[in-house]
Amino acid sequence: MELRQVGTIAGKEFWDRIRNRWVLAVALVFTVFALVIAYFGGAQQGAVGFRSIGVTIASLVSLVIYLIPLIALVLGFDAIVGERERGSLDLLLSMPITRFELLLGKYLGLAAALAFSTIAGFGLVAVVLAAQLDLPALFHYFGFMASSVLLGMAFLSIAVMLSVFAADRTRASGLAIAAWFFFVLVFDLLLLGALVVTGGSYGGEIFPYLLLLNPADVFRILNIFTLDDVRTLYGLATVFPRTLAEPWLLGLVMLAWIVTPLAVATWRFRK
Amino acid sequence: MTSTTPQHAERGVDPAAIVAVRGATRHYGAVHAVDGVDLDVGRGELFGLIGHNGAGKSTLFKMMLGLVPLTAGDIRIDGAPVSGGGFRAVRRKIGYLPENVVLYDNLTGLETLQFFARLKRVPAKECAPVLERVGLTHAAQRRVREYSKGMRQRLGFAQALLGRPQLLFLDEPTNGLDPEAIREFYLILRGLKADGVTMILTSHILAEIQERVDRLAIMAAGKVQAIGTVQMLRERMDLPLWFHVRLPRADFERVRTVLGHLPVTAVEARDDHVAVQCRRDAKMLVLQALASLGDKVLDLHVHEPSLEDVFFGFSD
Repeated sequence: MELRQVGTIAGKEFWDRIRNRWVLAVALVFTVFALVIAYFGGAQQGAVGFRSIGVTIASLVSLVIYLIPLIALVLGFDAIVGERERGSLDLLLSMPITRFELLLGKYLGLAAALAFSTIAGFGLVAVVLAAQLDLPALFHYFGFMASSVLLGMAFLSIAVMLSVFAADRTRASGLAIAAWFFFVLVFDLLLLGALVVTGGSYGGEIFPYLLLLNPADVFRILNIFTLDDVRTLYGLATVFPRTLAEPWLLGLVMLAWIVTPLAVATWRFRK
Repeated sequence: MTSTTPQHAERGVDPAAIVAVRGATRHYGAVHAVDGVDLDVGRGELFGLIGHNGAGKSTLFKMMLGLVPLTAGDIRIDGAPVSGGGFRAVRRKIGYLPENVVLYDNLTGLETLQFFARLKRVPAKECAPVLERVGLTHAAQRRVREYSKGMRQRLGFAQALLGRPQLLFLDEPTNGLDPEAIREFYLILRGLKADGVTMILTSHILAEIQERVDRLAIMAAGKVQAIGTVQMLRERMDLPLWFHVRLPRADFERVRTVLGHLPVTAVEARDDHVAVQCRRDAKMLVLQALASLGDKVLDLHVHEPSLEDVFFGFSD
């Protein structure tokens, strides 16, 4: 593998998103939503203003879990199929570059754009809130930012995989929307439904492991479990064993969610 | 770059060939897009590939570039199999202009070339001279979205020229170019040929390439139907040729008289001339007979079968 070729493709993808202001737009969306949640999250309870980092992160998690997968899927769904449909893929592949280098370059460039906008967007909020946060709170906030980046990478990897499999952009966009519905809306409902139907007598032991099959759930657990007050609030400790909730372990699961779809995409693209 | 290897000798490949295609086949289910094609292209040759839409030209192009895998057969460029790991190094010596080239609208002309130059490991300083060569210096800083179709085609050609390629694949290269640009394009090709660059091009404008290619192959239904110089193909097809003899109308019948004993296949009186059709082997006899008319003949044109006639002869 020639890293220079990967870098050339990644650089183009990244700068394309900088130039067309995609990164700026997404960063602004994150900043505005995060500030609104931090200051007005407790408005329903009659209080306005920053409360605690735990409550803020819990609210942000609820937002991010919908928003970032959607943005990542929209960003990556036409990475390969778009080039193929436009007719520019053949020209790219006629260059001294392998299919793996092209795929990896595309992924890394898009991932860099998404990570940059996520860090810039939420990082700006950290700067604004810095005066009200102590060191542990900042640590938790940066943990939230890092896991948000990982969540974006995982869904971007899924999007790039769909982009390789899809015959055209229309189908790729349909698959991306279906993936969002499945992972963000349907998956938890299915698990919950299965538990209710069986009265909790079957599947209770494998339930925590099944949650790992969804990167959105891994992200949720990663953030919720590290905050004591929120963990209690969500009642997660009753269904999710503490041993499985180690940040490094969940981080590895997230990495697997990044690597596996990319590996499948590479296999398919080479064929 | 090397080409003469023991493997070449075993496979009966012309050692001078930079492109060696043996039994190349590509099937898509029941569709035989390319079916057992054998082809050699020599170094420095300007080679044409012609055929109807769907004849298999573009698929064969993509197979030669390693973009479409072979169902069967073998293709080597400069001795390296297109499916092998060593083909990456060969790719650095290849330029490719696809049919309907699609470039990135958000980049300027110069940025487009710089992007492809990085992929080809060509120094960025080579981009400006290449843009100048295709006549796009004035538009170097304009975004590609503002380019006309002809300008895009020229920019596509410019990226193919990056890195001083030894082998150029040009798929319908004059698409969208005006006559002046077409003339300039072929002037560039002439310069490249003088530098020893091998070029393979397709075109559906047969009149445009018949005077310019060294050899050509006619493809139909995924197979090469004929291969050779235009003259060789004309002779092989043995198509009749036409004489257009201009003379006073009162002397039209004299033409029939002097040709009476010759194997001509048609004599037609037209507005201001008589058209005579004959087989190629009777050409000189007819010419001598017409010469006997002396100063009655005001003008004479010999019309050889065009490449289009040859093409339809083989492809039908």
